Amino acid sequence: MKLDLKKLKLRKVNEQLQSIDRKINDRNFTIINPEGNHAVCAGLTEELNINIKGHVGYYCAGMNQKANITIEGNVGTGVAENMMSGKVHVKGNASQSAGATAHGGLLIIDGDASSRCGISMKGVDIVVKGSVGHMSGFMSQAGNLVVCGDAGEALGDSLYETNIYIKGKVKSLGADCVEKKMDKKHIKKLNLLLQEANIKNQKAESFKRYGSAKKLYNFKIDNISNY
Amino acid sequence: MCGIVGIYLKTKKFENNLGKMLSGMLNNMESRGPDSAGFAIYKNSDRKEYKYSLCINNLDFSKFKKNISQKIKNLKLNQYSDHVILKTTEKPKKFINLINKEFPEISIVGYGHSIEIFKQVGNPKDVVKKFNLESFSGTHGIGHTRMATESAITTDGSHPYSTGEDECLVHNGSLSNHNNLRRELKKKGNIFTSENDTEVAAGYVSNSLSNNKSLKDTLVSGLKDLDGFYTFIAGTRKGFAVVRDEIACKPAVIAETKNYVAIASEFQAMAHLPDVNNAKIFEPEPGIVYSWGN
Repeated sequence: MKLDLKKLKLRKVNEQLQSIDRKINDRNFTIINPEGNHAVCAGLTEELNINIKGHVGYYCAGMNQKANITIEGNVGTGVAENMMSGKVHVKGNASQSAGATAHGGLLIIDGDASSRCGISMKGVDIVVKGSVGHMSGFMSQAGNLVVCGDAGEALGDSLYETNIYIKGKVKSLGADCVEKKMDKKHIKKLNLLLQEANIKNQKAESFKRYGSAKKLYNFKIDNISNY
Repeated sequence: MCGIVGIYLKTKKFENNLGKMLSGMLNNMESRGPDSAGFAIYKNSDRKEYKYSLCINNLDFSKFKKNISQKIKNLKLNQYSDHVILKTTEKPKKFINLINKEFPEISIVGYGHSIEIFKQVGNPKDVVKKFNLESFSGTHGIGHTRMATESAITTDGSHPYSTGEDECLVHNGSLSNHNNLRRELKKKGNIFTSENDTEVAAGYVSNSLSNNKSLKDTLVSGLKDLDGFYTFIAGTRKGFAVVRDEIACKPAVIAETKNYVAIASEFQAMAHLPDVNNAKIFEPEPGIVYSWGN
């Protein structure tokens, strides 16, 4: 089904997608003329295949559950923020805070993501084919952040259990973020993620893994100068 | 919040449509700034003549026309609602003194050879309509929709700020060291008409440009001297430049085609521009100055 955001109100379109009749089998939708609107496809809870043709604004596919959403364009701030499950695929670039606080699912960005990619992520897997900006993975708690390009300043500042895999250069590491050994289980997981993101020209072994040094994990007065 | 927009034409193709393109951008930024709006349009110009953009407020236009014509000869006046574009060969220092002395109710919103500035309180859509922005042609333009934070909703508190000949600046963000910087710039001779932080940034740029620094170099030094959050668009007769502070909380997106460069706080402001879907679209990186035409 084709939904034209030039003709239909955004709220109507979102309401329609949020209240899909479970008995209906036609789950394929194409959204045309998004024209940079905010919150397109936010709050979806059903298994749907949605193709958005064009650039969207902020919080696209926010809070997504189960839906498979592809954006054929760029996305604004906070794409797939707080996603719980499902898949969001951005074919262009993403603005800041992509995948912020997301608990689950897979976010794929074909282009670059700007600052704060995966900020406070809580279990989502994020694969960026390009580079990420400064403060990416800030306070990230769980999940995997894979970057095939470079990372900006203060990567993984104050992170917890997230694994960050970077292929290119890292401008600087944030507080308590260190390079860590790639074990077999990490290579296995990274290969799986690269496969899921349909990346064939990268080998998991060529990435470096970053994670928490755990010095700031719990408050210790001896580490006060690191905070 | 606040919305900022700018468009620089790389070719002559859209010169007659500049006002139309910019008005669409401002209208779409209403959600980021409903308190006031303003815009600056640059046109190819006669270098002998000065253009003064005046907000005459409640002053009766015919009365003003009669009075000013007695004091200055060979002037041309064009009225756009409560704004007047006054063309004369009279030099700025003398003219500004005359206006301040004889017509204290008038605000001088800008002057130069090619710039025309209009700004007023109210919803952007109404402001754009009031000044008939759609009818304007030009080479480049800058606009702003304001959500007032640190100073009052007045014409003087609206953007763009123009503190030098053919110069203007719009700002999304807030500065934290503007009071100190204002004091320092006042000592150097800058004049400020409001308590607004952006006016200080505009004054900083004017001061630096008057010392023969390029706009790009000015904004690079501004990264050290201006403390706070900002995305700025600064305009001169030749073009404009954009810079975001190094934290880059304030958004900006640029769309570049072979005919134009457009910049806005959000992509939705540019969605109506011709051929935008084939444009090169990118976010200006934090702490990097991008300039066109300068």
